[in-house]
This record gives sequence, structure tokens and C-alpha cells, in this order.
Amino acid sequence: MGEFVATIHVRPKGEVRDPQGEAVAGALRALGFDVTDVRTGKEIVVRFAAADDEGARDAARTMGDQLLANPVIEDYAVELGAPTEAARG
Amino acid sequence: MSISPTLSGTTTAQPKQADLRTEFGLTDPEAARIRALLDREPNPLEWAMFGAMWSEHCAYKHSKRLLRTLPTTGARVAVGPGENAGAVDLGDGLLCVFKVESHNHPSAVEPFQGAATGVGGILRDVFAMGARPVAVLDALFFGDPATARTRGYVRGVVGGIGSYGNCVGIPHPGGHVTFEPCYDGNPLVNAMCVGIAERSSLRRADTARPGSAVYLVGSDTGRDGIAGASLLASAEFTGDAGDAKGGAPGVDPTASKRPSVQVGSPFLEKLLLEATLELVASDAVEAVQDLGAAGLTCAASEVAAKSRAGMRLDVALVPRRATGMAPFEVMLSESQERMLVIARPGRESDVERVFARWELHGTRIGEMTADDALEIRDGERLLASLPPRALADEAPEYDVTQWAAPPNGAGRVEGGPPSREEWPDGRDAADVDGPTSEMAPDRGNAARAALDLAAAAAPRQKVGHALLELLASPAVASRAVLYRTYDQMVGTDTVDGPGGDAAVLRLKGRADGIAISIDAQPRVAALDPFVGAASAVAEAARNLVCAGAEPLAITDCLNLGNPERPAGAWHLERTVAGIRAACEALALPVVSGNVSLYNATRGVDIWPTATIGAVGHLRDVASRIPVTTGEEGDLVLLAGSADARLGASAYEALHGAHRGPVAIDLGLEARLQRFVLAAHERGAIRAAHDRAEGGLAVALAELALRDGMGMQVTLPPVRGGTIAKLFGEGPGGIVLVVPPDREAALRACAADHGVELWTLGAIGGDILEIVPVLAMPIDALRRAYEGGLAAALGRQA
Amino acid sequence: MKVAILLYPGTWSERDFAHAFGLLGIEHEIVWHADADLHGFDAAIVPGGFSYGDHLRAGAIAKLSPATRELRRAAADGMPILGSCNGFQILCEAGLLPGALVRNTHLEFRCDWVRMRVESEETPFTRGLGGELLRMPIAHGEGCWVADEDTLLRVESSGQVALRYVDERGTATPEANPNGSTANIAGLRNEAGNVLGLMPHPERCVEDLLGGTDGRRMLEGLGARTVIPA
Repeated sequence: MGEFVATIHVRPKGEVRDPQGEAVAGALRALGFDVTDVRTGKEIVVRFAAADDEGARDAARTMGDQLLANPVIEDYAVELGAPTEAARG
Repeated sequence: MSISPTLSGTTTAQPKQADLRTEFGLTDPEAARIRALLDREPNPLEWAMFGAMWSEHCAYKHSKRLLRTLPTTGARVAVGPGENAGAVDLGDGLLCVFKVESHNHPSAVEPFQGAATGVGGILRDVFAMGARPVAVLDALFFGDPATARTRGYVRGVVGGIGSYGNCVGIPHPGGHVTFEPCYDGNPLVNAMCVGIAERSSLRRADTARPGSAVYLVGSDTGRDGIAGASLLASAEFTGDAGDAKGGAPGVDPTASKRPSVQVGSPFLEKLLLEATLELVASDAVEAVQDLGAAGLTCAASEVAAKSRAGMRLDVALVPRRATGMAPFEVMLSESQERMLVIARPGRESDVERVFARWELHGTRIGEMTADDALEIRDGERLLASLPPRALADEAPEYDVTQWAAPPNGAGRVEGGPPSREEWPDGRDAADVDGPTSEMAPDRGNAARAALDLAAAAAPRQKVGHALLELLASPAVASRAVLYRTYDQMVGTDTVDGPGGDAAVLRLKGRADGIAISIDAQPRVAALDPFVGAASAVAEAARNLVCAGAEPLAITDCLNLGNPERPAGAWHLERTVAGIRAACEALALPVVSGNVSLYNATRGVDIWPTATIGAVGHLRDVASRIPVTTGEEGDLVLLAGSADARLGASAYEALHGAHRGPVAIDLGLEARLQRFVLAAHERGAIRAAHDRAEGGLAVALAELALRDGMGMQVTLPPVRGGTIAKLFGEGPGGIVLVVPPDREAALRACAADHGVELWTLGAIGGDILEIVPVLAMPIDALRRAYEGGLAAALGRQA
Repeated sequence: MKVAILLYPGTWSERDFAHAFGLLGIEHEIVWHADADLHGFDAAIVPGGFSYGDHLRAGAIAKLSPATRELRRAAADGMPILGSCNGFQILCEAGLLPGALVRNTHLEFRCDWVRMRVESEETPFTRGLGGELLRMPIAHGEGCWVADEDTLLRVESSGQVALRYVDERGTATPEANPNGSTANIAGLRNEAGNVLGLMPHPERCVEDLLGGTDGRRMLEGLGARTVIPA
């Protein structure tokens, strides 16, 4: 078993409206940026134990499927980092 | 700073003793007093504990002498000041527990979290007493709503209050909001919580007994807010709290103070609330104490001092969120959502079971002792041993009256006469406000004179426009745009929510209920702090009376500037004197409160701001005075004083003027309030509304807006200019709506109470017509009133 | 008729429901989620609140509670289940109702009175109320119902839309929609009709003293069920 750190990025699906993103886009435009689109999401950093890389990736996906993202409205991506690097981030 | 103090004082990397005293805000005489109390040199941890406990925020050094002069007793008082919150007796075994508290400095630094944790703290004060919170109200004071900085504060503070209260599930049935430039860099956030307790469930902090186990429950202890009380709330901001260039609040010069900000978890608070009430209901605990300012140090010394006992704590047992925390960090952390629970002997396993069921982390960290010592250990090592009462009760008390002096007109607060405690006679008042007798000609007076002339010439549109402008102004406009983001109804007790004079809550299973109000009069207090504070008390009580409730007691939150300067000291002295005079006149005790000093930015004090929360009793909720306009044909009357002035009015604020004198007739106020309650008792009153910001015209407009019904009225036949009669302000005025067949009874009752009464007109139609000066469709009034605040804040409705 | 009112950490409408059922004379019990056993009950309420602080997503953590398994079993057995506010969010997260509830499009928490039209009578809570306008309080920050187009088509065509936000004339206008919910949807039922979720709070309007009694009409349906079998 080794320690792993998975970063799960959760975002609203492309077709789902993101009012928070729209508000941020408006605010950025007000600041003078030529913004065409903003999507907001969340980043969840999980430190956990797994047998190997593959097991860790599977576990992180299961976390995403069962809890961290709602498949009705959200997509997610898993980033598996070396524990020390991710811990700094 | 990393210190590991021992009683012998040998530590590694230990700062000099003098530095430590300075670090924790103690003066040389205070340090000498501590040495004398202990008869030895304290070690660094002990200095830190004294520094926090003797901070202004915890010890009320500059206000205690004055606060002691307030009336605090009465037949209905169940718990007076000194406990977590005060309480009044509602009869039949039920108590109403309440308190108002400031969270100004944290909110200035981080508006969202500062306001949110302010709500968290005041909730804990109330449920620590064994009461279930049934309402949160707040009084908020912001700067100019047109600035980006104020808008950022409003968004943050209102967002924080909503996020916390909504999540815990406590309704927010009312509040007070002021916008004045004096709060630009120093917004005020005062939160009031009202709870209901069975008399048998009441818990106090003074009932812990030697040998009982001490538990710390709730959030793990982190480095957030270390000594926040002594560092943040007991000193002035040197710079602006927000970005001077108008960016988001909290970004800039106070960056060095930011680590002291705590982050709240309303979810954890909800679990703590339910667990605490369950423990109290099962009688498993002797005492409960909230951890607020100065964290564990304050909670432990308060419980020990009040219970006349000692306490032994092991910091090694305190669950921590951060690694490598020094004992002084553990003792002074202000991590939110923590309670100290003293278990009844033999009930420890019940206490632990309740914690576990609510998924709370509760740890036994020590026990009560029979010694006169608060002993702090780290495992076997003794770190500190201090008499609890020296920490909690022996801080010096400063007599600010010795250096108090009114500002001489050089400051931001323009002085009227130092204190005019009574109305001058009516002629004098009329002269002051009359268009021909200007005390200090200025833009506002010129505009008003022009308007008065215009009114005389009868272009009704101009006066109508002035009313619309006032209804849409930040001082008057509907707060719904803010309050609709708060849950006003959870708990299913809210009978009348925001929008009326007072919030009305029923008590389930009983016919009676309570009314709650929260008010402040900073614009008046800026001219005369005595009159301002007295007016706030009078208004809070008057608002309860307008719901038909008998005022029982008040809680006060005094927000003032620097008490070490003569003007700040004078503001404090006059503010307390004003509250005292009003409380005595209205027979209202003060049962709890809070003082926030050093509210100043770059050396300029805020206006003295006394927030008054009042609680009243309704014998029968169903027959309260409802929030209605009345019925077609009902008479509209003004009771009390028709003598209203423009000097400190919202009208003049719009026109840039602000001048005295201001005054209050407390005898009249008391007679007026007694009269309205007596008349209501006789069934003579259909509706009532306090004349407040915006004067009589706004009071009539607000009355009309309740049900969208018009009225045709004339102004009372007293001396004075039309504009002053329409928009002048002053205490002692209530607009009443009565069925025509009750007018005689009402007049008889008014005569009995020595209260003047003017019949103004009658309800009917869909136009507010004040003959001959103004006629305005209700729809137009509504658009102005409901859209005003959003527009002022630059929002879309 | 005995109603179970589920209590999760962070729930706050359970006592309001208990009070309402008390007034209606309907037997009820508040049941802690972790030891929820719905055997012996005739109906279940998933009340409002902020279960688990609404962390991650409203209802996301509550759906992992043992109570969800019980709800699923009871729902399959045809037990009447009502989820209000956070309860609606939990039922969607748990897959007992379609779609999801996301942040209000105006991004604010909103407490207000709203009007709804009853679109489906096929639930124990709306029987006999078809086409009626009901006025109820809302108090939520995440009440905007969303779903993909197929799901939306399906719930519309199968009559699963139980309640829709409307104005005083009964028209579903954007102004009458307090949170930006798709197609003004305020409440949904499952295909069988025994599970109803809605954002408004029927338990808050069962007394004239508190401003309305339309919630009574919805909750009374439970009591009536023992008399008039479904």
C-alpha cells in the first residue's frame, strides 16, 4: 500500500447553466477583460491509501461517481499526483 | 512566535517580558497590578492570559463603571447582566433569553466571515443558557451605499449573516440598517439572538462544582483568531479596513490583522445547539459556557470565577486542527463553534453519548477543583496557575468621566448644545424649524425654504417628489432586498416578520407571544449622544407598543470610538446616561449587552451608536395590533407629539444638512406608550405605526403601503413649516388607525394619560392625499419604497 | 396513519412538520437517520434544512445515510414519501426523483411566498387538488431544478411535474419563478406517484396565524388516505 493524493476537478456539464460562472464573467468584463466564457467548479484534494497507481486511479473515479460529482449535472476529472507535490499545492 | 512557557519562566526563544506585555496590550500600571495580585512575576503564558482577559473586549475596562449605573432589576427579570445572556420571565414557567453583541472589527476585516461568526457567537450565548434560539435580528451600519467599498461590505455582511442563520435554521424576523458616511471604513455588525427556555432548563455559568468533569466540545482548536479579542477589538484600525481605492473590503492595510479572522461552520453550530439542548433537557450538565473572545482562557476563568471554584485543564488533551501548536496558542485560539461543558458527576457517559450521537468531537480536558486556581498543564508539566477571579474580575476599571469632554466642533461630529434633555416649549421648536428662522444657513436649509415656498404656492408635484425621493432613500427604503435572503419563517413561530414596527413570534402551545425590536439613532446621537441613546431606547420600546406588546426589558450594544480621547470618553458617558434616563422613564431594565470601543479609522471616531434590542410580551398573539393599513373609513390620528424637527432627519440627510438641537421628552414618551397599550386593551386600535425616519409623511405612506390602501389626511394644526410637519422627525409620535365608533373611547383614554391626539383624516381610495400639499398614487409610493435600496446599491431590483 | 419524519444532522424542519401533524391530528415520530427503520410507518417525510451543512452539494452526503436504503425500499413498496426543500434535494441526489437541484440562477438565498399550480393529482399529497393554486413559503438557495432534455421531456409527458410556479392568474411566467427552475418546476413526483418532492414548505402554512393554510391541504392528504384507499 502507498499513499496517494488525487485532485478531483468537478465542473458543471457543458449544457448545464452555470449562473456563478456568468456572474464572474460579468464582473471580469466590468474590470475590462475581454472575457467570452467562465465556468466555475470545485477542486477536491483527497489523500488516501491504495495498492498502486491503477488502484488509486480506480478508487478516485469511484469517489467521483458515487459522491464527489453528481452525474446529472457535473463532469469531473481526476489528477493523480505524487503525494508530496500535491500536498504542497 | 514560538514559546513554551513554564512556571519558572525558562523557555527557548522567549521574548523579553516587556515585549510580551506590550504584545498583549497591557500597560505598565496594569502589569504592576498583575504582579501585585499574584505576588510574583507571571510567566509568558500567564502574561498572555492576562493580556486577553484584561483586554477592553473581555474586561470592559473603560465602560464597566458606567454600565453599573444602568437599571438591571425588575419584577420580570430572571437573569441580569453578567451571564452569557439575560432573561425575562414570560410567566407559566417560560423564560425569554436574549442578548445583542457586536462583531464590528472582524466584519471590517472580512465581512462575510466576520458577520457569520458574529451570528454564531450570539447563538451560542443563548443556547449555552439552555434556551432554544427562536430569532436572530441584526443592526447593521454601513457607509455611503454608492461606493464600491460599501457595496462590498453589504454583500459580505448580509451574505455572511444569511449563510449562517439560514443553515442553523434560526429565523431572522427583523432588523435595522443605517447608511451614513461615518461608517465608510468601519461598518458595524450587531447581532441579537432571542431564545426561549423552560425555567427548569435554564443553565448558568456559575453552577459548576468541584470535582465535575470539564469537556471541550465542537470544533477542533486551530490557530485561527489567536488573541483576536485583544488584538482586533481593543484597538483602532490604523488604516482603512478596506481598500481606500474602493476595491473589495479587507484586501489592504489591515492585512497584518487578517490571520486573526475566524471561519465559521454553521453546520457544526447546529449540531452543538441540538447536543447542548439535549444535555440540558436530560439534566446531565451543571454549566455550559460558550468559547468566544479569548477562547479557552476566557471560558475557563469565567466558569471558575463565577462558580467560586477552580479548574484544572490539560492542553495536551485539547483536540487540535494544526500541528505544533504552543500551549498559549491553544489557550487563546478563538476557533469558532466550541463549548465548555461541565458534566454532572456520574453523568459523564451520558454526556459522551450525546456528543457521539450528534457526531461531535467532545473531549474531557480537565475538571473543576476546590482551589482558587485555574491550572493549565501540558501532561505532567504545570504551565500556569492563576486565580480565576484575578483574570475575570480584577481588571482595572477606568473612570472615563475624568477626561471626558465634548468635541468642540472640530471633529466630524458637529456639536449641538452638549445636552438638551427636554424639549424646549413648542414655540421654540417651531421657531427652530420654521423657514424664516435659520440657525445656520446651508444648502439643505435653502432647499427646504424653497420647497416650503413651493408648497405654499401649491405645486403638489414638488412635495410629492420629495416624498418619493425620501421613500427611495437608503435611510427609509424597504430592506426587503436584503431580508429576503434570510429565512424569516423557519421554526413556524414568526407571526409578523420584517416590515412591521416589531417582529412578533408566537409561543407554541400558548396564547401569548413575544415582540422584538432593534433600533439605533446615530444621526441624532451624532448631535447629542444622550438624546440619541435615549431616543433609541424609546424607539425600540415604542415599536413593541405599536404591535400591542408590553415592553419587558432591553439589551444594549454600545458602539463607540476611542474612550482614551476626551470626545470618545464623553460619547461613552453621555450614551450610557441617555440609556439610563430612558430606561428609568420607561421602567425598562437592561438585562444584557456588549460594548465595542475603538471604532475609528485614521483617528476619526464613528458616530456614537447605541443599538437597543427590546423584548415585549403579548398576552394574546391573536389580538396583537396587526401590520395592516386599516379598513375603509377608519380614522387616522397622530398621538403624542406633533413637534417634529428637520435637523437630524432623513430629509435633511438627503439635502446635506445635519444640525441640532435634538431633544426627547421622556415623560411624554412614557405616557404615550402607556396610552397606546391601554387603548389597545380597550379594543380601540386597528393599526399603529411609529413616526420614525422620514417623519409623519413617510409613516403615513408606509401605513398605506401595508395593504395598498390610500387615505385622505391633513397635517396637524400646530405651528411650523409644512416641510417640517411632513418630514420632521422626533420621538414621541405614533400614528393610529381606529374604527370611527371607537374614536370617543380613544380620546377619553388619551385624556386619562395626558396624551395629545390629532385626527388627521380617514382611510380610503388608492391615493395618499395629504391636503393640500400632496397626492400620490399608492403604486408610485410602492415603486419608490421597494426599489430604492436596490437602486442605491447599484443592483437590479 | 403514522408518519416518520426523518432527521439528519443539519435538518431543521423536522420540528415544524411535527407541529403541523400535531395540529392535523396525524400520528408522527421524528426518526434519527442512522437508525431509520420505516417498518411500522405508513408514510415518510424528508424535511428541509441543511443536512451535513449542504457541503459538497445539497443532499449529496445525506444520500449516503442508511436512511436512503430504507427510503428506497419503502418507495418501492408504495409508501407515500414527501421531500420538502432539502428533502427534495436529498430525494434527487438519491435517485428517487429525476434531475438535480442547483443554485438559484440569481445566486441568492430566497425566502418568500410563492404560488404554485397543482399539475398532477397522482400523489397522496395532491389528490383532489388538480389545477388548484396553492400559496406557500420558500426558503432556499439551491432550488433550481435542472435535467437533460430527455429527462425533461419524460417528466413533462408522463405527468411527473406535480407543481409549477405560477402568478396569481395561474400562468407560469418568469416573474413567478423564484429560482430559475426549468419550466417553472416547483415539485416532481416519481412514476408511481407515491414520492413527491417540492421546494416550498407546506409545514409552514397550516395556520391562519402564520399567513396561510394551503400546506394543510397537502398534508391532510395523508390522513385522508386511511379513509379513501389509493
